[in-house]
Amino acid sequence: MEEKKNKSVIDKFWDLLASVQLAIIIFALIALTSIIGTILEQRADEARNLQVLAKLFGESVAPALYTVFNKLGFMDMYHSWWFITLLILFSVNLIICSLDRLPKVWKLTTEPMAPSPEEKLRKFLITREIVIKGPAATVRDTVTDALKQIGFKSQEVTEEKGFQFFSQKGPYSRLGVFITHFSILIILCGAIIGLRFGFKGYVNVPEGTATNLAFADRGTRNIPLGFEVRCDNFDVEFYGMSDMPKEYKSWLTVIKDGREVLKKSIAVNDPLTYEGITFYQSSYGFMNEYMDRGIFLFRLVSANGQSSDVQLRPGDSFQIQGSNISGKILNFSPALRIDEHGHAFTYANQMNNPAVLIDFSESGTRTLTGWILKRHPETWQLPNGDRVEFLDYWGVEFTGLQVRKDPGVWIVYFGCIAMSIGLFIAFFMSHRKIWVKLIEEKNSTKILVGATANKNRAAFERKIDTLLSLLGRKEKGEK
Amino acid sequence: MDSSALFGISTMAYILAMIMYMTYLAFRKEQIGITATVITIAGLAAQTLAIILRWKEFADLSGMGLLRSVPLTNLYESLIFFVWCLILGYLLIEFRFKNRSFGAFVTPIAGIALAFIDLSGVSKEIQPLVPALKSNWLLAHVTMSFIAYAAFSISFSTGLMYLIVTTEKKREPSYIFWTLTFGIFMIVMIAMAIDLFSFKVAVKPDIFIKSYLFKTTFLNSSPAVKLLSWIVSCVILFLVWQFGSLLKKVIQKVNIDAEMLDEITYKSIAVGFPIFTLGGLIFGAIWADQAWGVYWSWDPKETWSLITWFIYAFYLHGRMIRGWRGKKVAIVSVIGFMAVIFTYLGVNLLLSGLHAYGSQ
Ligand code: HEM
Repeated sequence: MEEKKNKSVIDKFWDLLASVQLAIIIFALIALTSIIGTILEQRADEARNLQVLAKLFGESVAPALYTVFNKLGFMDMYHSWWFITLLILFSVNLIICSLDRLPKVWKLTTEPMAPSPEEKLRKFLITREIVIKGPAATVRDTVTDALKQIGFKSQEVTEEKGFQFFSQKGPYSRLGVFITHFSILIILCGAIIGLRFGFKGYVNVPEGTATNLAFADRGTRNIPLGFEVRCDNFDVEFYGMSDMPKEYKSWLTVIKDGREVLKKSIAVNDPLTYEGITFYQSSYGFMNEYMDRGIFLFRLVSANGQSSDVQLRPGDSFQIQGSNISGKILNFSPALRIDEHGHAFTYANQMNNPAVLIDFSESGTRTLTGWILKRHPETWQLPNGDRVEFLDYWGVEFTGLQVRKDPGVWIVYFGCIAMSIGLFIAFFMSHRKIWVKLIEEKNSTKILVGATANKNRAAFERKIDTLLSLLGRKEKGEK
Repeated sequence: MDSSALFGISTMAYILAMIMYMTYLAFRKEQIGITATVITIAGLAAQTLAIILRWKEFADLSGMGLLRSVPLTNLYESLIFFVWCLILGYLLIEFRFKNRSFGAFVTPIAGIALAFIDLSGVSKEIQPLVPALKSNWLLAHVTMSFIAYAAFSISFSTGLMYLIVTTEKKREPSYIFWTLTFGIFMIVMIAMAIDLFSFKVAVKPDIFIKSYLFKTTFLNSSPAVKLLSWIVSCVILFLVWQFGSLLKKVIQKVNIDAEMLDEITYKSIAVGFPIFTLGGLIFGAIWADQAWGVYWSWDPKETWSLITWFIYAFYLHGRMIRGWRGKKVAIVSVIGFMAVIFTYLGVNLLLSGLHAYGSQ
């Protein structure tokens, strides 16, 4: 007695965990709670969410509400204990539901078809009946042909008053739902592996330097890479004269144990991976403190056509060959703009509009001081006909890299592929069975058709009507 | 003729078709129905041509080849594509089920989307792409998402119609739900029509207003107009609730039965769900992984896609529970589309206003 009662409690519990009712409750809970996480900014500064709460509920209650929500984990809710519990419950539901149903479905999938008695045949969801002239033995070929034409290869048995054909298609499509459900678990596993064994970090690498560590996105942890990454060059291209970047690129070299092992240029959407660590081009910027090491490339063209390329640092002087003009680099701006009063100022900390300020002298006496802008060739022209072409600069920018390691990502992708296949099977394929029974009567044969489909019955029914019209047409042809 | 002129023509055609479909539903004259269909097809043809032209204009301007110039890069272009998918999907259903009466419920969604383009002040310019947006995964993601959204809009319309024809009593929760939804839908449409009329036709303001949306009604500068708008809205909601059964009679007169509505709702979700899963969630994740190295970061847009996905999963599973099939899941299909709209517009318009980063 005791044992029986016990078992039924366990059974009830099992049934609950295997139920679709629980599944939809969990769907609703995940969906509803997730909404809160889109309203409150996750892992943000306290001030930001205080502001959000103040906008929604008023200044006075915001601090109190913040305390309550914070206690409940809403400020980082997708990692809170209760959200994780919800996901675990979801997985358990999915596993138990699948275990509960798989044996039955597996049987339906693998069980061989058998001929069906007449009474049963008449009770199928799709049934048809026609009578065709001629003995069963001749009608037989017509039927196999017609079945073949609608795509069914049939088995045949001889019965006392005629024959019976039966055939099925797509029994394995019943497993599509299981593939879909299982793929969700695969994706969750991949995500857990990524969280447990991977990291997310970033590092800014100035041109010409190398780094062997990255900084974690969260916290202050330094992540040793196990090798060095050097940024050889960085370049950004803009749309016309605008400040909207069209493309930016870094040329990276991976150095392991003092040897260069890999060279690759990376751009947005085109990362570099080495030893499971991936570097994504994410940002860039100008480094004021690196000014002194910056190198500018100029082409100096004299009025009489002599030209020479020079590399200069801030503070360097140069002499235009074939001319009596010399210059000295006084200053540099990554993004120069001239306001309405004619004052030059730097408007951004990006290399949007690089410019150098040059002090010019003619035969040793100072003549003028002016800005030369890389983007504006009209500023390159000097009054005496000489030209100072600002071609390139190097060493004053850094490339901003996101550094990731995620050993679970391939498992996640595998799960995604499985899910796509599973969904395709679940929605667009079905298990169809058909039985055709021939019963010989006087001078004619009665054809009984019975059929089932676990999905999209209407489409199968149309197919069966095609079958019948094929049979009917054959009959007319024979007359 | 350039693309914007053709877009104008298709917009006019769709709005005309919407009126014709409604007239058809009310009077059931075959000729009106046929005219509505013909106008819709003409609108679709004009819009198809317009999209192709814009594609070419974009390619010429950017000089980046055809694949990099698919006109699906901003809100304006994606709304246009959404309407295109919706109308195409609708026409397929019209032919497949030989029934025109859904037209009156589907074309208003297209109408609202097109009016939204005009009113919200979204930029119609062809804009160059920032580097992160140059990705084939993103392209596949956007294209498939909008195909799925169009399928979901159809399930919204048929789900709503299902509720209209199956509810009996005024106190029934499903009745209250559909009259409320339908009423809000009507209010939004009317408010947008007033906006369009007053700003585009009557006033022609020379001051630049960023968004006209609801500026004549709910967001008017005068408190009296604001209050009046809310009062009128409540009156409309009450009237829809009071006389909702009339709509049921109208729909029942055309040969539409609940069974067929349920089937179309299920079929559109059955098409939309896998496409949304693959295109909306999976391709979106792959793109994010390529661009930033995180396939999932719980940002509001991603999370809302997931919420939408769970609501449709709710629908699909709800159908398998006895007692849920029918009205209850029809309600879920309607809610699902509300989540779609929120994912698509609400996250940008409402949530980003709430968060500091979206204030630009
Ligand atoms: C978000 C997660 C889930 C997704 C995307 C999903 C997806 C699906 C899909 C696409 C189908 C086929 C529906 C149809 O053909 O109409 C299905 C069926 C089913 N699902 Fe899920 N499912 C999920 C979670 C769950 C969970 C947690 C359970 C646990 C009980 C569950 C139980 C079932 C059952 C019992 C069926 C019916 C199988 C059948 O009768 O053919 N699902 N699911």
